[in-house]
Amino acid sequence: MTGPEAIDRYKDLHPRDLPIPGAPPIELIGLEKFFGDNHVLRGIDLTISKGEVVCVIGPSGSGKSTLLRSVNLLEWPTAGRVLIEGIDIQNPDVNLDRIRTRIGMVFQTFNLFPHMTVLRNVTVAQEKVLGRSADQARQIALAMIDRVGLSDKVDAHPSQLSGGQQQRVAIARSLSMNPDMMLFDEPTSALDPELVGEVLAVMRDLAAEGMTMMVVTHEMGFAREVGSRVIFMDEGQIIEQGVPEQVINHPRQPRTQAFLSKVL
Amino acid sequence: MTLSDIRPTTRRRIGRISSYVIFLAIVVVACLFADWSVIKQNFFNAKVAGDLWPGIVRAAVNTIVYTVIAFVVGLAMAIVLALLKMGHGPFKWFAVAWIELFRGVPALLTIFFFGLALPMAFPGLRFPGGLTGGGIVGLMLVTSAYTAEIIRAGIEAVPKGQREAARSLGMSHLRTTVTVILPQAIRIVIPPLTNEVVMLLKDTSLLSVIGATLTSKELTTFATDNLAIHANSTPLMVSAVVYLIISVPLTYVVGRLEKKMAVKK
Repeated sequence: MTGPEAIDRYKDLHPRDLPIPGAPPIELIGLEKFFGDNHVLRGIDLTISKGEVVCVIGPSGSGKSTLLRSVNLLEWPTAGRVLIEGIDIQNPDVNLDRIRTRIGMVFQTFNLFPHMTVLRNVTVAQEKVLGRSADQARQIALAMIDRVGLSDKVDAHPSQLSGGQQQRVAIARSLSMNPDMMLFDEPTSALDPELVGEVLAVMRDLAAEGMTMMVVTHEMGFAREVGSRVIFMDEGQIIEQGVPEQVINHPRQPRTQAFLSKVL
Repeated sequence: MTLSDIRPTTRRRIGRISSYVIFLAIVVVACLFADWSVIKQNFFNAKVAGDLWPGIVRAAVNTIVYTVIAFVVGLAMAIVLALLKMGHGPFKWFAVAWIELFRGVPALLTIFFFGLALPMAFPGLRFPGGLTGGGIVGLMLVTSAYTAEIIRAGIEAVPKGQREAARSLGMSHLRTTVTVILPQAIRIVIPPLTNEVVMLLKDTSLLSVIGATLTSKELTTFATDNLAIHANSTPLMVSAVVYLIISVPLTYVVGRLEKKMAVKK
């Protein structure tokens, strides 16, 4: 989004919190993560360039969600570095809250705020975090809600919406912060099959507009069609990556082949 | 024809009818043997009841005011205590100690301590509202301890994803707690909070151990004073009814409120 509201993301920020020109949106270096004795991430190196749509696939327990959640430090890695737009966000001096506004995140379980209307869900962080006026936040929210096709649900509460509608509101909520990149954590896994399409359609539009996206998914069709790169993970490691056509249709690694033969 | 020949539904109906008959018989017998003139004279004496007016209104208002003050301040303290207890470091242990202390010591003792012992030890110390004010402070502290545990349970019942969503939108820990977590937590614990208010309403009767002035009496003090004045139990019955008049609509209104919010949620 352009216009004055796109600039306010950087309002009052220290220079160290500003994106470094030319740096990739996401750069992960040697990520390790332990949950107790469980070694979930085993040395992940990953760089995602501007405008890329990276789909992460793999069996459950392979560490894909943990990897995604490490990008905005919902999960703090045991070792390794996370660079967002060139900024080391583990640095305690960095304004992590404000940098998180530039990383949109969509969850498997939507996580809309149930005590707020759809409109309030989309305005609250704009006002409380970015300091936008109620009026400005409302205008941006209405535009984003319209974009995901839910203008008639503005005053509804989340419980009155279907899963697909809730997930679209969640996407609108993230977009209202004008993020530079979006993380999707199995966004369609909790949906009834007939509702998956409407959410994927919104994501497809986003990708077409050049949004940088990292998507953990089981939707092979989406990965093949929209993904610019597919990553196959197993046991905390990246086993294979490349263009979708190569990884999904002609996997080289036996583990990738075994996984795909089960899901396709 | 034996009992087992009767159809089960008929058998159940007979059982139900006979239980009503037995119950009614007990009530009738009790009524026959009771000495109604004595009961009426001592518990439902119209003249004594008339004398209670209008002092009883003042006492009822005082009871409500004391309950509201103790609950509102106690709730505010409880939220802070709950958050401290869920944190780390010395403040956590402070909250734990506070909660254990005021939950473990009888409310009556706490009221004595703040209403009488403290003012006695430090003659310069005066709570607003005098001795009764001190007693209310005691009630507040007791309520804060119980309510803190209720609030903490509510906070823990809010799904983890709510905090994650708020944090991923850039909200700070405190902002997330205030804007996203607490409003949901309090909705979850409205039933036990209502319970706490009703308990508190009745616990204001403990303030009767502290000598009250003519204008600061709550319902129980008012009732026991009049019990002594009239040598008659009617004031007890009247104040019992007034307690019910306050508490029953309260639980009803909260129940309605809860249903309304359940629709939204």
